[in-house]
Amino acid sequence: MDAGALLDRYERMDVIRRTEKAAHDLFLQGLVKGTTHLAAGQEAIAVGASAALRPDDYVFATYRGHHHALARGATPEECLAELMSRATGLCGAKGGSMHLTKAATGMLGSYAIVGSHLPMAVGAAWSARLRGTEQLVVAFFGDGATNIGAFHESLNLAAVWRLPVLFVCENNLYMEYTPIADVTAVPRPAADRAPAHGIPGEVVDGNDVVAVEEAVGRLARRARAGEGPAVLEAETYRHFGHSRADPAAYRPAEEVERWLKHDPLDLARGHLAELGVGAETVAEADERARAVVERAVEAAKAAPPPDPREALTDVWADGGAAWRT
Amino acid sequence: MADVITYRDAVAEGIAREMRRDASVVCLGEDIAAAGGVFKTTTGLLKEFGPERVWDTPISEQAIVGAAMGAAMTGMRPVAEIMFSDFLACCWDYLANEIPKVRYMTGGQVTVPLVVRTANGGGLGFGAQHSQATENWALTVPGLKIAAPATPADVIGMLAAAIRSDDPVVFFEHKGLFATKGPPPPPGHVVELGRAAVVREGDDITLVALASMVPLALKAADVLAGEGIEAEVVDLRCLVPLDAATVLASLRKTSRLVTVEENPYQGGWGATVVSVVADEGFGLLDAPVRRVAGECVPLPFADTLEQQVIPTVDKVVTEVRRLAAY
Repeated sequence: MDAGALLDRYERMDVIRRTEKAAHDLFLQGLVKGTTHLAAGQEAIAVGASAALRPDDYVFATYRGHHHALARGATPEECLAELMSRATGLCGAKGGSMHLTKAATGMLGSYAIVGSHLPMAVGAAWSARLRGTEQLVVAFFGDGATNIGAFHESLNLAAVWRLPVLFVCENNLYMEYTPIADVTAVPRPAADRAPAHGIPGEVVDGNDVVAVEEAVGRLARRARAGEGPAVLEAETYRHFGHSRADPAAYRPAEEVERWLKHDPLDLARGHLAELGVGAETVAEADERARAVVERAVEAAKAAPPPDPREALTDVWADGGAAWRT
Repeated sequence: MADVITYRDAVAEGIAREMRRDASVVCLGEDIAAAGGVFKTTTGLLKEFGPERVWDTPISEQAIVGAAMGAAMTGMRPVAEIMFSDFLACCWDYLANEIPKVRYMTGGQVTVPLVVRTANGGGLGFGAQHSQATENWALTVPGLKIAAPATPADVIGMLAAAIRSDDPVVFFEHKGLFATKGPPPPPGHVVELGRAAVVREGDDITLVALASMVPLALKAADVLAGEGIEAEVVDLRCLVPLDAATVLASLRKTSRLVTVEENPYQGGWGATVVSVVADEGFGLLDAPVRRVAGECVPLPFADTLEQQVIPTVDKVVTEVRRLAAY
């Protein structure tokens, strides 16, 4: 990857990190209700994978999906407005943090039932094949999702139908509060299961945006060529707990320290330095990211709440909610 | 086309008509392709449309309905079969949490034009896990349209409407009706979802029924006519949208109401119908409303036991006599 491309990936990750920080702060200020599942620390997977995709490809994500929405075309302003229950939110404030969706850019949703979106991704890939579009579908999911039935149903169906779908596992070591290794019989919860379904399973450093983009690009070419699905297990770590309710006190200090030193932004800065990009250039990218997110926060704060009448719209395709005559 | 068509053949005919007019209609399900479906409701589709439009799946109900959802979100009109309606429980996340909510929670960004077809109901001695009338399960979820035809012509007409619908539809085909026959509808026949049919006119009492309960209610009405009680029979056809207007209009004539439901009494659709009537048509009533419904037990195997717990002609007749005398 050349310096220009890497700087672009870095700045995208930087915007996501700062947006996550803003979400965290706004929650503490009482401006974000419900909960948030922050992806700080996992930015390289979203940015690396998205950079390897075409504009018309589809992605499906989980309740921890801020980074995927942002990487896939949603703006910080739209996302923060959604979290803050504003009319200008990505989903008109009907979705919230766990359901960020921007269909127009191929971000086909964030789903809060663990693993539920995996069959949907298979179906979207099936649709791409039926329509002859060579579109690819990427399903992002956590390590915890690998123990639900739909994960295995999805891998099998995608394999037997040889569909263009990539299953990208963000293995952040914890299934909510419990170490995934404590509840899973194989060491690589996603990659180790893939061969049982006739699918290649690979492991990548999920904090290295260059490695992620390379791996997704390679598996994407394979899938588009009709060679079927693949599993990519990206090793990563979340900086925060599972959700706002979780201080993550169960994580060993040494483990946290080790992973914080393996931060995606730091890694990218290292790569940039190796490519001869000066600290000043990186600082300019930081400044642009800071300004974008700061403006987003102010714009979202200034936006109005949704019209209460919107509660009774959008159930049906006619825009309404009528269930009877 | 023949003078009559079975309900079973009407399913395949209804799907075929839509597949001919719209290339985005595709089918998936267990044993639906070469085998033609375990109830032979998809016979001939593979031969006419080929394996790129008629797909056999593994026994993976979550993948079937989840994949149908993903395909529907991206430009196709999938028709997914879940073999027995009892098995809807295996993919209940998709019916309860995913398909009906995605349009709403994305602020209208995503539309899910799919049909989930399934063989519903008892009366055939299939035992507790292959006999339930489960349309009430879907009724509890905002965002699903629910169709349950009673005649071959309605199967074809309502399948057309369901497949063309931009909203998700759960389509309950009744196992007990598959062998029944009726006139085939003309080309282009469409029965709009949410339009009930008055299938027998009468002035004395309104019987509201669905799917296999419609012919049962008609038989009961014949018995009652011999006693001088003229029952009007309303075939609801759909639970969502619910044609409450037709029920209320019938009550203006008859002033007495009995719902006939195969599902268990507890939480049955009849409760919704009578609550609407109590709310908006109380003044029309000259007698209490009654619900003939299934008992709140799992469906037993033996015929003599099954008949004890699902509605029968005798049970309906008995209930109507009591109300007529009120």
